[in-house]
Amino acid sequence: MSNPGGEKLIRNTTAARINHWITGGCFVLLMVSGLSMFHPMLFFLSSLFGGGEWTRAVHPWIGCLLLVSYAGLIVQFWRDNLWNWVDIAWMAAIRRVLANEEEGVPEVPRFNAGQKFVFWSMALLVPVLFSTGIVIWDVYFSPYTTIEQQRIAVLIHSLAAVAAIIIWIIHVYAAIWVRGSVRAMTQGYVTPGWAWRHHRKWLRSLAATNSPGPRPRG
Amino acid sequence: MADLQSQDYIRRSATTMTPPSARAHEQEVAKLIDVSRCIGCKACQSACMEWNDLRPEIGHFEGSYDNPMDLGPHVWTLMRFNEWEDEKGNLEWLIRKDGCMHCEDPGCLKACPSPGAIVQYANGIVDFISENCIGCGYCVKGCPFDIPRISPVDHKSYKCTLCSDRVEVGLEPACVKACPTGAIMFGSKSDMTEWAGERIVDLKERGFANAGLYDPPGVSGTHVMYVLHHADRPSIYAGLPDNPRISAFIGVWKGLLKPLALAGIAATAVAGFLHWVVAGPNEVQPEDEAAARKLLHPADKPR
Repeated sequence: MSNPGGEKLIRNTTAARINHWITGGCFVLLMVSGLSMFHPMLFFLSSLFGGGEWTRAVHPWIGCLLLVSYAGLIVQFWRDNLWNWVDIAWMAAIRRVLANEEEGVPEVPRFNAGQKFVFWSMALLVPVLFSTGIVIWDVYFSPYTTIEQQRIAVLIHSLAAVAAIIIWIIHVYAAIWVRGSVRAMTQGYVTPGWAWRHHRKWLRSLAATNSPGPRPRG
Repeated sequence: MADLQSQDYIRRSATTMTPPSARAHEQEVAKLIDVSRCIGCKACQSACMEWNDLRPEIGHFEGSYDNPMDLGPHVWTLMRFNEWEDEKGNLEWLIRKDGCMHCEDPGCLKACPSPGAIVQYANGIVDFISENCIGCGYCVKGCPFDIPRISPVDHKSYKCTLCSDRVEVGLEPACVKACPTGAIMFGSKSDMTEWAGERIVDLKERGFANAGLYDPPGVSGTHVMYVLHHADRPSIYAGLPDNPRISAFIGVWKGLLKPLALAGIAATAVAGFLHWVVAGPNEVQPEDEAAARKLLHPADKPR
């Protein structure tokens, strides 16, 4: 695992990492404040934001920041998240992946189908959360919609939020489970062995173009 | 505190345990608004402003007797005037005193996310406890009657309290006290229902065949009831809902989704932990590093 002085491949650029952690920070704050307003047993979480009123006031602003931040992630990552046939073959071999037996699993490029699923799910859910959130942002936007529209929006907002939280848990667990992934997003690099094991097609494309990562040259 | 240490709660918003309810031996109360006796004098509006120290901003004349034009943080009751023509072409002036209906099954309270911001006392009155209100506007979505109004100044939700402070000490609500024609009555819900029955018989004798009591079962009845001369179509009275009930969207959001969401989130976390226990971490092996080295540096001799 450790790779002192060894060869490193750039997995995520500094800009991408900062962008990612702004998004992640916003997501955690939104999740905690949102859950406090969702379930009575979690209302105590609103204390972390200075009480219920502060929670209500600050939650939508963090949401705005997350929308902008996630847009940045889309710009930086969309190309490597396009679907292709390898993803279907990879999904078919998901049992082996989950069992940590990656030999025989189709070689994947920079992102596997699971990562793409997280990326595109959030790319869908974030705009849904933002647009429904605007409708229920009572202070500024309540005059522009009917109460019935607000009822529908608050339900969709909750459903989308629950879906996003579940996907976030999968995302976080996968990062912990596949050792070396957290470092790829904190310090930005992976070892060649990591790339060989998990993203061999990506490694081959870097090797073929003599690129240090994260994308092949040319 | 603001709610005078009430120990007669039957409901408390965003509370999963039984609220203090030892002193709940109270009669259910009701305000009965006999629309057929109302002369539209607005004494009730003035009395409400006076008792509750409310002073809405002076508005503009909008071509209607309604004044102001809508309920607001400072307008907890409002006379709504409607000119209505019946089938025979007779003009009727329908005047309805609008305000919180104090539902037996309050949608505002069900939707409220803040513990104790909305309570219901054993006498049936639904009250907003402002110090607990966070200003989210969920009560607005929960209410089937479009009653609560959020103040843009202090971000608190406001509505008629049914003068809970007066009722607590044995007085009738201010609007009841001020009404010069006896169109607004107050007492136990059973007495008011009985009184309404007599009045409805009277109205039917006078030719209002569809006279009736508005105590909508969709919200398990209300603690503000109307005697309507046309109870078969409440909506002609300035949009009084024909069959009010808590929206199904609110029902799903505050009912099914809450436990389901927490279960789903917890199950995902537990599944992750179980996977860690069963399969464990996926670690890069020395063979992986060797193979990668071979790929990156094909000319090198294997070490």
